[in-house]
Amino acid sequence: MLAEQISIFLENKEGRLAEVTAILSDAGVNIRALSLADTTDFGILRMIVSDNVKAEAALKKEGFTVGKTKIVAVEVTDEPGGLNQVLDPLCANDINVEYMYAFANPKCQNAIMIFRFDDSDRALEILKEKNIKVIAGEEVYNL
Amino acid sequence: MPIFNIPFETLPREELESLQLKRLQTTIERVYANVPFYRESFDAHGVSPADITSLKDLARIPFTTKTDLRDNYPYDLFAVPMQNVVRIHASSGTTGKPTVVGYTKRDIDTWSELMARSLAAGGGTPDDIIHNAFGYGLFTGGLGAHYGAEKLGASVIPVSGGNTKRQITIMQDFKPTMLTGTPSYILHLAEVADEMGVSFENLSFKSGIFGAEPWSESMRSELENKLCLRAIDIYGLSEVMGPGVSIECYEEQAGLHIFEDHFIAEIIDPDSGEVLPMGRTGELVFTSLTKEAFPVIRYRTKDITSLNPEPCSCGRTHIRMNKPTGRSDDMLIIRGVNVFPSQIESVLMETPEIQPHYQLVVDRKGNLDTLTVNVEISEDSFSDAIKNLQRLESKISDNIKEYLGVSAQVKLVEPKTIERSQGKAVRVIDNREI
Repeated sequence: MLAEQISIFLENKEGRLAEVTAILSDAGVNIRALSLADTTDFGILRMIVSDNVKAEAALKKEGFTVGKTKIVAVEVTDEPGGLNQVLDPLCANDINVEYMYAFANPKCQNAIMIFRFDDSDRALEILKEKNIKVIAGEEVYNL
Repeated sequence: MPIFNIPFETLPREELESLQLKRLQTTIERVYANVPFYRESFDAHGVSPADITSLKDLARIPFTTKTDLRDNYPYDLFAVPMQNVVRIHASSGTTGKPTVVGYTKRDIDTWSELMARSLAAGGGTPDDIIHNAFGYGLFTGGLGAHYGAEKLGASVIPVSGGNTKRQITIMQDFKPTMLTGTPSYILHLAEVADEMGVSFENLSFKSGIFGAEPWSESMRSELENKLCLRAIDIYGLSEVMGPGVSIECYEEQAGLHIFEDHFIAEIIDPDSGEVLPMGRTGELVFTSLTKEAFPVIRYRTKDITSLNPEPCSCGRTHIRMNKPTGRSDDMLIIRGVNVFPSQIESVLMETPEIQPHYQLVVDRKGNLDTLTVNVEISEDSFSDAIKNLQRLESKISDNIKEYLGVSAQVKLVEPKTIERSQGKAVRVIDNREI
């Protein structure tokens, strides 16, 4: 049930982000969600895209360093406490969130949260126990 | 300004040269008898101690290089039994291993005398209080200046480097009249004093003796204006002795008098090794004439300069060398620490996650030299988590600090972004205006 995210190393230089989006655009890859984590010197661009294989090949060809990471996509209801319902049981079981970002599910009112946990397999088990909806990779890519 | 050792420092040229020849012959005989490296090297070049009948014959003797020092690490070039060695110093070498030098009791006395002469040439007398901000330790600067100050009979404050705010308090309260240290640290000290609202006009300095790294005439003006003192250049390297191989005089501040009763200086063409005529610019080469534990024979300093035989108004008859203008190798001097790009490379090689594609950028921020090491990231080292990349940066930086003793900021950069010229990376960008 894990989905795959691609991440790219970017120096903090003018125009680097635009280069990435131009490459993906030329390759016909759609970006579903992204988050940019940055320090003073560099950033890491993390993305969920429509076609990982195509995106990775196009970016590598242009000299970018591309990594792939397994993440968990969770549907969160759009109401007070929605995110808390997801996090509470994980917290109770000592699962740490390395980072997370969100985007709106275009097919309904709900949000989709992308999580990178320190222990993804265990996190999946717990989410399953609590009947929290985890979205499969294919489904996320093709939203 | 009084000369510390009038008989030797003002020796007429002819007498000086006959003293040099006598001492050179003794030195050559001693190293031939006691140091296998020199014996083998002289034999291989078909030259024996008996061939040295004039100073010109020195040119027949092979050079010694930093590589020879490294090959004989740590003690194989010592010319006396360890029993007679009373002090060991070291400076960084071209790879992980430092260059090790030793001193007998008499060597320490000689060095103290030459540092006392240097301090006197810079205006020092037994009445002075000397604030010694050269680092104490394996580096020769701190202890060298310290012993010289004591030999001169001055009062020395062994403050060493660092702890800058406390240094300024000491300067206010102890009222030192002379200052010693590396010029970049001293300028940093001036800045901190400024931030603390302390003006050097209200301190008691008359002169400062600065060295262990190259500095320019424009830095001299800056030092003199900011610190309200006369800035004197001192030269030395641990392989030859330490600070006090040559010194500017207070009167002229034009060229550094080489203590020729203890060293012979030559200028060579760094490519052909040929001795160049007087006044020409080339690589400076030293032969020690009185050292017991660690004599050096035609040691190539890699410093580029020229010699000036003109008489000097200070009265010293010793030849002057001009301020070194550069290096014939890729050594960098950062805050007084010698850094070779190859040393950084070996540190990077020992970090398995990264490719040794790197570039060193040296800047002078404010007045302090900074070293930035740009390292290309690779797929093996890349992570989607910031903390992992930052951990990698600080791991490399810690290793550099540990092996080289210099603080460096490590910056991960994108692959293939480090400029490569003719297939070879441009390893060093030095933005300092010295």
